[in-house]
Amino acid sequence: MSSERSAPALPARQTLTFRERYVPFLISFVSVAIVFGGLWRVITSAEHWPRIKLQFFNLEAIVAAFPNVLRGFGINMTVWAIALVAISIWALVLAVFRSLHGPWLAPIRLFSIIYIDLLRGLPSLLLVLLFGFGVPALQIPGLPRSSLFWGGVAMVLGYSAYAAEVYRSGMEAVHDGQRAAAKALGLSQWQTLRHAIVPQAVRNVLPALLNLAVALQKDVALLSVIGVRDAVREAQIYTARTFNYSSLIAAALLFLAATIPMARFTDYVARKDQERRLQRTV
Amino acid sequence: MDRIRIENVTKYYGENLVLDAVNLSVREHEVVCLIGASGSGKSTLLRCVNKLVPFDHGTIYLDGVSIAADHFKNNNELHKRVGIVFQAYNLFPHINVLDNVTLAPRKVHGVTRAEAERRAHELLNMFGLEGYARSYPERLSGGQQQRVAIVRALATQPDVLMLDEVTAALDPELIGGVLKIIKDLKDKGMTMIIVTHEMGFARDVADRVCFLEGGRILEEAPPDKLFAKPENPRTQQFLQRIIEAGRL
Repeated sequence: MSSERSAPALPARQTLTFRERYVPFLISFVSVAIVFGGLWRVITSAEHWPRIKLQFFNLEAIVAAFPNVLRGFGINMTVWAIALVAISIWALVLAVFRSLHGPWLAPIRLFSIIYIDLLRGLPSLLLVLLFGFGVPALQIPGLPRSSLFWGGVAMVLGYSAYAAEVYRSGMEAVHDGQRAAAKALGLSQWQTLRHAIVPQAVRNVLPALLNLAVALQKDVALLSVIGVRDAVREAQIYTARTFNYSSLIAAALLFLAATIPMARFTDYVARKDQERRLQRTV
Repeated sequence: MDRIRIENVTKYYGENLVLDAVNLSVREHEVVCLIGASGSGKSTLLRCVNKLVPFDHGTIYLDGVSIAADHFKNNNELHKRVGIVFQAYNLFPHINVLDNVTLAPRKVHGVTRAEAERRAHELLNMFGLEGYARSYPERLSGGQQQRVAIVRALATQPDVLMLDEVTAALDPELIGGVLKIIKDLKDKGMTMIIVTHEMGFARDVADRVCFLEGGRILEEAPPDKLFAKPENPRTQQFLQRIIEAGRL
């Protein structure tokens, strides 16, 4: 028996006519052009548009400010990358602390709970001011005096509280049967976390952690308030010199160039994760 | 010599009495099946034996030594000698079959990776799972996953294997393969305590069958006797319902 004969004939695929295929596309195109074109006309024909354009969208000013803003943005992204690594480690430690059981480990558990409550309850700006200005002002020998360093520390401490809670939710989502299996195999509490619970938890919460990473990408600009010459600070300096705000637009464009791809990547990871879960239940 | 002796084991979940002074002995090479309705305490009894859950009164002995004794203080010894397989397999989904099987020997019992993997391959081949060592659990059928779970429990070379409704989550056509493995294990002399709803299988494989209800063993007899001429009226009722449901 040939496989061709045994396979049932597929119903003929409906072929779309020219109209069916291209008319919807044309309609979308025209309606988008009308709406956005209309908006553009309304905005540019406004009385103050020339002044707005000069203040914010002055190409010359953007180009002039760009090198310094870009250099500052380099600092933003460096702080972001280093903080991200530190946060993912420190938050995991906090989450594991919080999940430990046994009477002797109560202090560790309590430390983690208090830490998370405190640090999650404070505005990032306040933490940045406190650490970025406060700690260098102590002038303790042996401690770094750089406000960039302490501002970064503040970001790490604050964001870790959030990320710890994300990790914790991921650990709690791991099925109880996994713990039972690990225990039945003789794994200790620590080995159970290390080999069974945490790897699954990290996989569970990766999309949520990436969302935090996107938020952090913008929040590193808070370091500008403690005098770190990041993109925002550099843009402000230009503004203060020329009374033109286009440098801030330059900084904005740089941030968008980083955050939008990152957000898209997060969506992609979340979709993959969703598919993986669906596959498992089928 | 009793491999396992359960004496007067009583357990509460909060106010609920789930095990009521249970006594049960299992000799070496013996296969004991526990039957009874859901909630009768069968699974809890298994979980007491390897300390997955604590119990309130009574003693459980493994080869004459209480599992509460210092000898079993760190539990590794107990978990090495008493293996368990769960209804939902509970394989670790993030590591492959080989790592699932070798995790306990390597991390708990200090076997080298090479040696653990050599033994794992041997077991996998024995159970028709050759070629799946590098697969992840979710790529396998339910029957294959359950066989891997059995291999994982056997990897520490336990003296006693406990099976907790291991076919209850499987599609009917996959049950046979798993049951056959359990019969092979019996033929090799493995001591087993089996919680099951497969009455035909229990009759086939068991040396003794215990009927549990309300946390007590109401009747304990060889399968021929228990299934053919149960003495306790509650056992009769239970088996009657099973027969009506066409499961025997």
